[in-house]
Amino acid sequence: MISLARTPKKLLALVPFVFLSLGMGLQPALAVDEPEQTDSATRPSGDPIEQALIDLKGEDAAARNKAAEVLIEKGDASLIPRLDEIREMGGRAVRQAVKPVVDVLKNRANLASDSPDSRRSAASDLASTGRKEAIPYLKQAAEKEQVWWVRYTMEESRHFLELNSGDPAVQLEAVKKLGELRSLNSVTALKELVEAAQQADATDQQKILAAAAEAAIDRIESWSSWASAIETLFRGISLSSILLIMSLGLAIVFGLMGVINMAHGELMMIGAYATFITQQAFIAWLSPDVFDWYFPVALPVAFLSAALFGWVLEATVIRFLYGRLLETLLATWGVSLILMQAARVYFGDLTAVIAPGALRGGAQVMVGVYLPYNRIFIIVLSIICVMGIYFLLFRSNLGIRVRSVTQNRNMSACLGIPTRKVDSYTFAFASGLAGIAGWALTMVGNVDPGLGQNYIVDAFMVVVTGGVGKLAGTIWASLGIGGLNKLIEPVSGAVYGKVFVLVGVILFLQWRPQGLFAAKGRSADA
Amino acid sequence: MDKKPPQDSQNVTEAGAPTETGTSRREFLGQSGRMAAGVGVAALLGNLGNYALSYAAGGPPIKIGVLHSLSGTMAISEVSLRDVVLMAVEEINKAGGVMGRQIEAKVVDPASNWDLFAEKAKQLLLEDKVSVVFGCWTSVSRKSVLPVFEKNNGLLFYPVQYEGEECSRNVFYTGAAVNQQAAPAVEYLMSPEGGNYKKFYLLGTDYVYPRTTNKILRAMLLAKKVPAANIEEEYTPFHHQDYQTICGKIKKFAAGGGAAVVSTINGDSNVPFYKEFGNQGLRAEDAPIMAFSVAEDELRGMDTSALVGHLAAWNYYQSVDTPQNKKFVANFKAYCKRNNLPDGENRVTDDPIEAAYFGVYVWKQAVEKAGSPEVDKVRKAVYGQKFLAPGGQIMMDEANQHTHKPVLIGEILKNGQFKTIWRSKGLVKPEPWSEYTNPDKGCDWINHQGTYQKK
Amino acid sequence: MPEPVASQQNSRETVTFYLLGFIFLIVLPLLNVMPSEDSWLHVSDFRLNQFGKFLAFAVLALGLDLIWGYCGVLSLGQGVFFGFGAYCMGMYLSLQIGKESVYGSELPDFMVWTQVKELPLFWYPFKSFIGGFFGAMLVPMLFAAIFGFLAFRSRIKGVYFAIITQALAFAAWLVFNRNETRLGGTNGLTDFKQLLGFRLSDPSTQRGLYILTVLALASSYMLCRWIVASRAGKVLIAIRDSESRVTFSGYTPWMYKLFVFVVAAGLAGLSGMLYVPQVGIITPAQIGVLPSLEVVIWVAVGGRGTLIGAILGAVAVNYGRSVLTNYFPEAWPFILGGLFVVVVTMFPDGLVGMIRKLSERKKTHTPLIKAEGSTAA
Repeated sequence: MISLARTPKKLLALVPFVFLSLGMGLQPALAVDEPEQTDSATRPSGDPIEQALIDLKGEDAAARNKAAEVLIEKGDASLIPRLDEIREMGGRAVRQAVKPVVDVLKNRANLASDSPDSRRSAASDLASTGRKEAIPYLKQAAEKEQVWWVRYTMEESRHFLELNSGDPAVQLEAVKKLGELRSLNSVTALKELVEAAQQADATDQQKILAAAAEAAIDRIESWSSWASAIETLFRGISLSSILLIMSLGLAIVFGLMGVINMAHGELMMIGAYATFITQQAFIAWLSPDVFDWYFPVALPVAFLSAALFGWVLEATVIRFLYGRLLETLLATWGVSLILMQAARVYFGDLTAVIAPGALRGGAQVMVGVYLPYNRIFIIVLSIICVMGIYFLLFRSNLGIRVRSVTQNRNMSACLGIPTRKVDSYTFAFASGLAGIAGWALTMVGNVDPGLGQNYIVDAFMVVVTGGVGKLAGTIWASLGIGGLNKLIEPVSGAVYGKVFVLVGVILFLQWRPQGLFAAKGRSADA
Repeated sequence: MDKKPPQDSQNVTEAGAPTETGTSRREFLGQSGRMAAGVGVAALLGNLGNYALSYAAGGPPIKIGVLHSLSGTMAISEVSLRDVVLMAVEEINKAGGVMGRQIEAKVVDPASNWDLFAEKAKQLLLEDKVSVVFGCWTSVSRKSVLPVFEKNNGLLFYPVQYEGEECSRNVFYTGAAVNQQAAPAVEYLMSPEGGNYKKFYLLGTDYVYPRTTNKILRAMLLAKKVPAANIEEEYTPFHHQDYQTICGKIKKFAAGGGAAVVSTINGDSNVPFYKEFGNQGLRAEDAPIMAFSVAEDELRGMDTSALVGHLAAWNYYQSVDTPQNKKFVANFKAYCKRNNLPDGENRVTDDPIEAAYFGVYVWKQAVEKAGSPEVDKVRKAVYGQKFLAPGGQIMMDEANQHTHKPVLIGEILKNGQFKTIWRSKGLVKPEPWSEYTNPDKGCDWINHQGTYQKK
Repeated sequence: MPEPVASQQNSRETVTFYLLGFIFLIVLPLLNVMPSEDSWLHVSDFRLNQFGKFLAFAVLALGLDLIWGYCGVLSLGQGVFFGFGAYCMGMYLSLQIGKESVYGSELPDFMVWTQVKELPLFWYPFKSFIGGFFGAMLVPMLFAAIFGFLAFRSRIKGVYFAIITQALAFAAWLVFNRNETRLGGTNGLTDFKQLLGFRLSDPSTQRGLYILTVLALASSYMLCRWIVASRAGKVLIAIRDSESRVTFSGYTPWMYKLFVFVVAAGLAGLSGMLYVPQVGIITPAQIGVLPSLEVVIWVAVGGRGTLIGAILGAVAVNYGRSVLTNYFPEAWPFILGGLFVVVVTMFPDGLVGMIRKLSERKKTHTPLIKAEGSTAA
């Protein structure tokens, strides 16, 4: 009964009643003595709130509604535990009567919450209760509010409620304000106003209101088409960045060794599982306060475990197959089958990766445009990866060797570059990149054995479209494929979007069989 | 090994005249013989093995088949059903078996491959000659084995909720029909208690269950005067990962309130969907997701923080508070631990697991009533069979092969369990043919021959 | 290089072929019919039907062997052509169900539940067996011709071609899964009742289909043998070994490639056509990336570049799968994957190569497939 500890002392008188009604629910036989007892326990207090609480449980629908009105007007958040109890005990009709009361009281209290998110939620929930009583609360709260987006929601909710206020002047003002706010949430309500004016018996008042509403709707809709264009663009970039981060490793290996690594997706899976294991280790051994730190810690773990695995894979399978390119494709596919099944057998399906607090939710950058943090994170990560790779390839010792082996393996070998070692390190590095991709993907999707398979065909398409050995090709190809996909999707649906892109790539290769940025060389078979 | 002079065998490409480079005709006859005989022997070997097995077994045990995917994409869901069926078999055997005969379970793996389901079903019925099969999860796997069961007069207990519009003599459906899960769930959403929702976004994976369910729901909504403009329908392929665009659409759809999402998304697409839903700023208060394919077993593998407050409709939850359920849950956990199954004690029960479990008992009771495991006799005995299942009393219908069950709406909690927020009064009668889409059709194997026209 | 080396291999292959033919065409059906059911020699209807399926797969494997083993073009999209053939036959069989369907409608069941009121136009040709039969052969060939023309003419080859065909398989899988394509969506086509008036549930029909499959396989084999032995066959092998040299010699390699690609697609279609009535269901699951890759492993295991190897590989891998999944269901992907790695890295010539190696331990052995770097780079 912790909840009761916080309620005023006089309410303790109600305790017997609570227990009684509990007993009533379980043992109908007791119901006979129940009414008298309740009466004697509560009537003396004479408080309208107490009376309303009793009426709320009664049989009489009118009394219930009246009680609800009273409670909404006079009650406060301290009543919520008791209301919840009434809701638990009561029948269907009682629950329906209690719900709006709880909604208003709870959200009203939340308007003063410390967290901007819950202040905003409270404001929009108050709008959906449709209770006019909430207007002054919202007005007060908006005046004090610092965060623009929360203030916006409060104002939007307030004007939304004012639409039903019944006072034409207030309504007209509200319609105009909603238009100014570009409130997408109120379009339905505004359309109802317009429709009301089209009835035969519409008053002049309604017609004026309708004209204003139409202007507001126009304004809102033109804004929202812009907003959705921006969001579509963002989604395209977001998908592109996922594709890019996956294909980077694939492209490096393909460029250097001509190997298409079909197990690349499973190396990503290893990265994702490494993240999961790190998380479990944090849960098992460290205090919950530092839990969110598991995610940054998992980055090197994912990179190293995938890189180590890649190194082993190169040493045990791929090195036997140099010069037999199609066979590497088949052998790595065999490896990928084994890895997938191993993950399935070992991890089963108990693999939820919990996003750290910082990557949950999103940022409202402008009205109608809401960008999830996890997507922003992946976009930034892919940019960092590209820069890192450029640095490595063009500013480091290993990079010079990698580039020279890519350009001419035999000549590099003659000049004393240990090509075998370069292969081995590069393969491990590319595998590590796959691990990073897997690490990042835990933030948007599943960690399951099929993780790699979901995107791998797209990643291959990126590499093939981009061309051999040119990072710029990979970047442009992933932007093109990801962007095109998201551009088509709203029109054609997800499946045909994908199919169109695949057909597009096939036709594109007609025009440029070696990809966007083909390596120039004299070899006839290159 | 013959010792023959070395010979060159570089190429198979040249179809020239025979040469005398080395080997005699006898050698390549022998060689080819060995190769061909190898294949022949391999072909016969399996045959011989089966033959031997059938004799070793002979006599008292009653054979049953278990047809659930143990590998491939559906394994994640179906393995639990295999486990619970084997647990039920173990319980029955410990308690003395069926009519004093032990049950012998034959487990096969159709590997999430629909065509292989048909082959394995054939194997169970024709080779192993099992009396009954417990199996299948997806509608497509059921549709794939259906002709096999009908052709060979087998008996299948199917434990998963499904789209209805089927009335096979050879299948007992222990999961929910649409009117026992989806329809009441949407009615609940429309009720004042459920939130008075007026707009519905029907989102599903593109296959027969979501398509048919949504067809029925749409007919129902239209019949209840919901304008067509307030119903949106969308399908994604299996394993779809990128829900950005769809969540954007939902956000637009839900603007202004009064909208609910009715999700028949299957399997691994759920995690990205719920994550994206939350990350785009949508909350359960704006637009609750009512799911028909998310149960405790699936929630085990998800980050539930994105799902809390959303809804699901089933006929059973692990949290159902009955004494027999407590025992069932404890037994299942103990069984998984004892047999070293993955996750051991952390395993949970859910609706299909419960349905698979009581299916075995219903079959056992029917066999005992019929006095024989013969399919035709057992089928007649199943009609009207009652059983105190973990979730409460259930009853097999008198004529239509389905099960009378209660309907429960649950809210997802942080710990991956459900809190029941609404419960149907008593058992709901199954309607294989929905009153909204096929009002003139009925299913009855007593007075009619399966599907019939009413009046 | 001495010329006449292959002859002896060839005649060995011929003998193996006749022996296999004898076993599959005469012995197995006889064992199915003759001994009583309790005898250990008895081959049950189920097993015979299963072998029918494997042999249908062998036709598919032959096609892949022709383009991959002989021409060096790795297609990871053979499942698509198989699917075309299977769906064409499946559409014919679906229309033969008629009033026996669950809904009692003339339309296939899935159209009833997806609310299609009339038979879509493209279904009309499949009302007759002729339509189904020729559709199953010609649709995949036509599609392969268009796709191959685009791909080969612009000199997409090696890894590029493999990836593009894989994308094709992926796209086809996505499309076939859609319900709007009016092909049954994920559920595909099933519940067939009769073929040309024969009840499919009848064991004798299944036996007939089995024998038909064996004969179809034999004729496909003969056809492939003939192609490989012809002048064009030699050009194909030359293309495999060094495409640029063939070009410099004045040939146009892409036309030869296109030709075998189309033939292989036709064989895949034939295989699908034989598969459907025996298995009784066709779904998009047979079309995607994975089934297409599995064909590659049959050929690799059997030994590519030998036609008999493709047949052996298809039967052996599928039989192994059927047996092993009974006992170790969870181990099968390990075995399949391991097989792939081991065969590719250590036994590039597959079963046939191994058998040959064993019998010729003392002779210097040159791989059937020479280093492929030149073709694939």
